[in-house]
Amino acid sequence: MSTANARIALVGNPNSGKTALFNALTGGRQKVANYAGVTVEKKEGMVTTPSGRTLSVIDLPGTYSLRARSPDEEVTRDAVLGQLKGETPPDVVVCVADATNLRLVLRLILELRQVGRPMVLALNMFDIAQRQGLRIDLEGLSRDIGAPIVTTVATRKRGIDDLVAQVEAKVEALAAAGQLDAPNTWHEPSPAEIRRAHAEAQRLMKAHVRPAERPDTMTGKIDAVLLHPVAGLAILLALLFVMFQAVFAWAGPLMDGIEGGIGALGGLVATVLPDGLLQSLIVDGLIAGVGSVLVFLPQILILFFFIILLEDFGYMARAAFLMDKIMGGAGLHGRAFIPLLSSFACAIPGVMATRVIDSKRDRLTTIMVAPLMTCSARIPVYTLIIAAFIPNQTVWGFANLQGVVMFGLYVAGIASALTISFIARRLFWRGQVEPFLMELPTYKTPDPKSVLRNLWQRAEIFINRAGRIILPLMVLIWVLSTFPYPPEGATGPAIDYSFAGRLGHLLHPLFAPIGFNWQMTVALIPGMAAREVAVGALGTVYAVANAEEQVGTLAGALSADWSLAMGLAFLTWYVFAPQCAPTLAVVKRETNSWLWPTVMFVYMVTLAYLAAMAMYHGAVALGWG
Amino acid sequence: MAPYAPSFAQALELLMDHLAPVTAPAVDPQPDHREVRLSQARLGDRGVISQVHVRPDVDHHGLSADELERRLLELGFVEGAAIEVIHEGAIGRDPIAVRLDDMRVALRRHDAADIVIRLDARAAAQ
Repeated sequence: MSTANARIALVGNPNSGKTALFNALTGGRQKVANYAGVTVEKKEGMVTTPSGRTLSVIDLPGTYSLRARSPDEEVTRDAVLGQLKGETPPDVVVCVADATNLRLVLRLILELRQVGRPMVLALNMFDIAQRQGLRIDLEGLSRDIGAPIVTTVATRKRGIDDLVAQVEAKVEALAAAGQLDAPNTWHEPSPAEIRRAHAEAQRLMKAHVRPAERPDTMTGKIDAVLLHPVAGLAILLALLFVMFQAVFAWAGPLMDGIEGGIGALGGLVATVLPDGLLQSLIVDGLIAGVGSVLVFLPQILILFFFIILLEDFGYMARAAFLMDKIMGGAGLHGRAFIPLLSSFACAIPGVMATRVIDSKRDRLTTIMVAPLMTCSARIPVYTLIIAAFIPNQTVWGFANLQGVVMFGLYVAGIASALTISFIARRLFWRGQVEPFLMELPTYKTPDPKSVLRNLWQRAEIFINRAGRIILPLMVLIWVLSTFPYPPEGATGPAIDYSFAGRLGHLLHPLFAPIGFNWQMTVALIPGMAAREVAVGALGTVYAVANAEEQVGTLAGALSADWSLAMGLAFLTWYVFAPQCAPTLAVVKRETNSWLWPTVMFVYMVTLAYLAAMAMYHGAVALGWG
Repeated sequence: MAPYAPSFAQALELLMDHLAPVTAPAVDPQPDHREVRLSQARLGDRGVISQVHVRPDVDHHGLSADELERRLLELGFVEGAAIEVIHEGAIGRDPIAVRLDDMRVALRRHDAADIVIRLDARAAAQ
């Protein structure tokens, strides 16, 4: 209490209930940030002991070994070894173990022992172990591993006080001794050393653990259905269907509510503030700009709700198993499936969800192709252009032509994402593939409180980003579209005279080869805020007020002014173009470098340009010009 | 999946023994202690891991043999561990899921090529 708080690090295998224990220890007193210089999430919380001492607890990413294989595991290794930049080494390491699955964690414990830091072993999920009739000789095991053992049931907060007491005793002993019990002798184990450690772990198991009398049979029974080659895939598809229904149907009213709220707030501010620059900045720039991104919050939360629920249940590893062959064909990891799926709602949660992919290479590829998935912000643009140019007629006797085009746009997104990742693997990573090696965890009933806490953390992260990254971008785009003002007696729309308008005119020669007129080019600039903003922007340049509500009027104006070829070129552009500054900002955040958003911008613009050009000239050749 | 007819399994066994003459581990002469690479194991195959030796002369998609071997070992693929193939993927029977001692692990057949299991007498006789 005198100087810094003692630091406690939680280490354990994935699926050991480590995060549940962290929640039980720290309650609401936790925050999520990133480690300096890396994009690994840092979860830190506080716990106060009965004697009044405050302990700082960090939840380190799960690992099977201190020999790190992914950025997450590197953080765990460096934190335990006290080599993490900007972090002081932990005073006590708490190794969290699933009491029903001890074999691998015993080997990790042997590694942790080499580090020489004081350690406490928390045997978590001890209730399940007891129910299964698993007998563990705690005293003997504790003696052999040289660390006190506490049994815990994190989800029911059992054993937490005992754990805190044991940790505090270690902290006090360390403070009294003034130095570590043993020097750090850890080094990366060779295959032979791993084998020896396994043999030692096996010996400990034999000596101190009597196998379960009633081992879990539930997981096997559930897997018989969920991993069935036919039924399993059918259930996965059904789950996806429900997820998408929820994302689009349930989110609708909430999104309308947020839009209404943002609109009302804008209206209110407009009545309070005098007309002029400040009003425009706050209403059109800040409120409308942030609103256009915030409106996706319900979809993102619903999506994450499903993802967190399925992850906690243990299904995500199964989904990765079922999809691995299909994803693998395109050079992606099975785990890339969920992030790509999320990107159908919005690329931002998709990019955020790539954290489940261990390998940096696989994660980067997934991030790079995620924005090619048809996100929901494209839908207003697609709807507008389709309404303007595609006749509402029946083709092949049963299908609606507009629906067919919409479907085609989705397929184009998926096909291009798979093609790009395939090419990326061949070209840049010379066919290197990470092995797909994944534990299939025992199924568990998700804990509602932990699901909600996790969901809240996702919301906080998103809102934080909307605030810190997206807000300045919105202001920039507002400045570009507002200044300078149109001259006195100007007849054209105001945006025409602004920087955005000038930039649009300036860029127009570049876009002429793909069939764009200057109005389309101008609309692309405010459209960088979010894809659906292009609808409003086109409304502005075509002087259609309330373009979002008057889609029919705007579609009429467009079909009068554009040729079919131009409409198709615009659609094609929107399939590929990186018309979304927030996504680029999130990619910068997640990759911690400007290189990758730049690469993304360049490749997507190139792809969009070439595809739109091919589409335009093809359509002209067909006489649609 | 339908169980394989015994004649088919035997044929397969013979075929596999002929197909992998050089790099395959020594095959136990006793018919009830057949050894098989995990990459070629079928659903329901059960036994004990007899060897984990990642061959350095084979392409592991850019990963070094030593690294793949350590990753397999770290996840519990170690000599003496009990193993059973419990699930196969829909396409090309890949990836596979195995019960490995007390846990379940999924992996691609390609990465399982250097894990050799000695099949249980009972499983081999089926």
